[in-house]
Amino acid sequence: MDCPISQSEQTRVLVLEASRTERNYWSDLWHYRELFAILAWRDVAVRYKQTVMGVAWAIVRPLVTMIIFTIVFGKLAKLPSDGDVPYPILVFAGMLPWFLFSSILSEASNSLISNASLISKVYFPRLIVPVSAGVVALVDFMINLAILFGLMAWYEFVPGWHIVFLPAFIAFAVVASLGPALFITALNVKYRDVRYAIPFAIQFGLYVSPVGFSSEIIPADMRFLYSLNPVVGVIDGFRWSLLGGESQLYIPGFLASLGVTAFMMWYGLRYFRGAERAFADLV
Amino acid sequence: MRRDVVIRAEHLGKRYVIGHHAPRERYSSLRDVVARTTTRFLRTAVDVARGRQLISGDEIEEFWALKDVSFELKRGDVVGVIGRNGAGKSTLLKVLSRITAPTSGRVEIKGRIASLLEVGTGFHPELTGRENIFLNGAILGMRRAEIERKFDEIVAFAEVEKFLDTPVKRYSSGMYVRLAFAVAAHLEPEILVVDEVLAVGDAEFQRKCLGKMKDVAGQGRTVIFVSHNLAAVKALCTRSILLRTGRVECDSSVDAVIKRYVSASDAAHSISFDENKGRPAISAIEVSSEALVARDLIVDIHFVSPRPLHTAVGGLVLRADTGEPVWGSNSRFHPSVKIVKGLTHGVLRCEARRLPIRSGRYSLSAWLGDWHEDYDARIDVLSFVIGEEDAHVLRPPVSAVGHLDWPAEWGTAEAASVLPAA
Repeated sequence: MDCPISQSEQTRVLVLEASRTERNYWSDLWHYRELFAILAWRDVAVRYKQTVMGVAWAIVRPLVTMIIFTIVFGKLAKLPSDGDVPYPILVFAGMLPWFLFSSILSEASNSLISNASLISKVYFPRLIVPVSAGVVALVDFMINLAILFGLMAWYEFVPGWHIVFLPAFIAFAVVASLGPALFITALNVKYRDVRYAIPFAIQFGLYVSPVGFSSEIIPADMRFLYSLNPVVGVIDGFRWSLLGGESQLYIPGFLASLGVTAFMMWYGLRYFRGAERAFADLV
Repeated sequence: MRRDVVIRAEHLGKRYVIGHHAPRERYSSLRDVVARTTTRFLRTAVDVARGRQLISGDEIEEFWALKDVSFELKRGDVVGVIGRNGAGKSTLLKVLSRITAPTSGRVEIKGRIASLLEVGTGFHPELTGRENIFLNGAILGMRRAEIERKFDEIVAFAEVEKFLDTPVKRYSSGMYVRLAFAVAAHLEPEILVVDEVLAVGDAEFQRKCLGKMKDVAGQGRTVIFVSHNLAAVKALCTRSILLRTGRVECDSSVDAVIKRYVSASDAAHSISFDENKGRPAISAIEVSSEALVARDLIVDIHFVSPRPLHTAVGGLVLRADTGEPVWGSNSRFHPSVKIVKGLTHGVLRCEARRLPIRSGRYSLSAWLGDWHEDYDARIDVLSFVIGEEDAHVLRPPVSAVGHLDWPAEWGTAEAASVLPAA
């Protein structure tokens, strides 16, 4: 066995005090990256164990939603698509980021509660838990993306050069959901009502965000206000990137969404960090 | 900090805020109910607005789980922290392992610290043994490469080779515990914080764990070990700290502290508990002091229950002052036990006549349950003398000759008739 005595001479001294926020928080986070990876892997692995259809769930859910939205908004309400884009593709390109956003939000917000036994028994930067819960959503997202490409092939729709920006928009979607998710996660530990509010808020959000329709149908003078919902910027960005020139990007609105996202990320992180030290006493 | 000091705690305090429900009158007027509901609602609203934690109950009480705790640990110290339930042992471990922040004071820690407050933290029942080793190892702070290096050793220690690719939910509880402890036992931090994890598994496995802990302690690592098991503390530790109601009562050699602990819990023949647990609970334990002189142990376990209990089963464990259990009994395994019919208040009486144990100080633990479920347990809550204390001054101490006081026949015979001819 290797003797730790020699290397411990230069180890840093850890100070625990009442009102001190962790000085080495970010380096600690880096130190625990393997735990992050393994927790994310656990969530993904456990998700499909003991399910009959397994990964098929990740395919069925968006496909059925897409069909319903296409029928309701495209056929019954006869809403216009962007340019010549087939309506199912328009819907699917909006649903992709929406599902990413909503599943990160719901997975993360319950993550601390469902890992309560871990939190009350071991130390690690708590930020790892909600973020790794979000990785599951990202895996589902990748499956959905593959379905979209299948759908495009079916409709013989060729995306333009804009698609190279897709990774940036994915990152945008992740950050846009992580900000509120962190805030809600921390709030959920303190007030368990949040757990009941989340599914309701997500259902509501599905209809106020331009998932089943194009945001082009919003009256021009309302468009900026509408874009304060960060999901609007995310979805518009996705459509612009995936559907190429057919879908226009409304720049002022997009910047507004970016700004709101940045603010929420900052605030969510700040709130989470402030509440973090008391989590073990509360869960 | 001086070079050889690895942990220094200064005036450490941890405060919890707890709520009480005011005793409720059987009949309360509508006006009272409205008034109470309104005050509670207003207080909740204020708390939420200020972002404070919600506390249920009508009265709020501050409670210091740790108060003004100071100590210094040097490299290589193996410290046993002892104290009664609620003395603050677990809180101290939680603060040291960074799970919860102190309310006042400070701690300086030098070196990699790992804590083991529970066996199998983070084990996931759906994952296989192999997967759980990696998961649990990472949770305890091991690197992937480190786990891979020790993987075979861990599997061999746990004796689960054949079931590595079986989900742990199919494991027997013994296998589960062995695997969990095996991972933990292969941690190599500079400072190890351990809570009562030895109280699991069968006797043989416990011995193995104790041996492993000794190895760890022998490698110049610092170990902080909390236990009710005074024998384990005695076997492992070089130093001991006694906590009492959140304060350090004694910090000295193991023998001195154990002595203090045992005598501080001065002869008590009854104890009552008045917290409302919302489930069947032990409300009081009484030992007949007159009977003790004749080595008769007569114990009444009083219980209360929010719903009428149709079955109540009790258990007792008598522990010597060295920490080993000496005698125990459980009415679950007693054919003659009477079934209580729908009681919300009741007494279970146990009588053990002429216990064949040596005179001395013993502590008693009581347990309450039914055929399937555990309701409540009170560990080492009473301490008293059985027989006559210091009755035989010339006798060797119990720790040297054992706990049984059993008559033996001695005789002599002439040597010549026994020895073989030279």
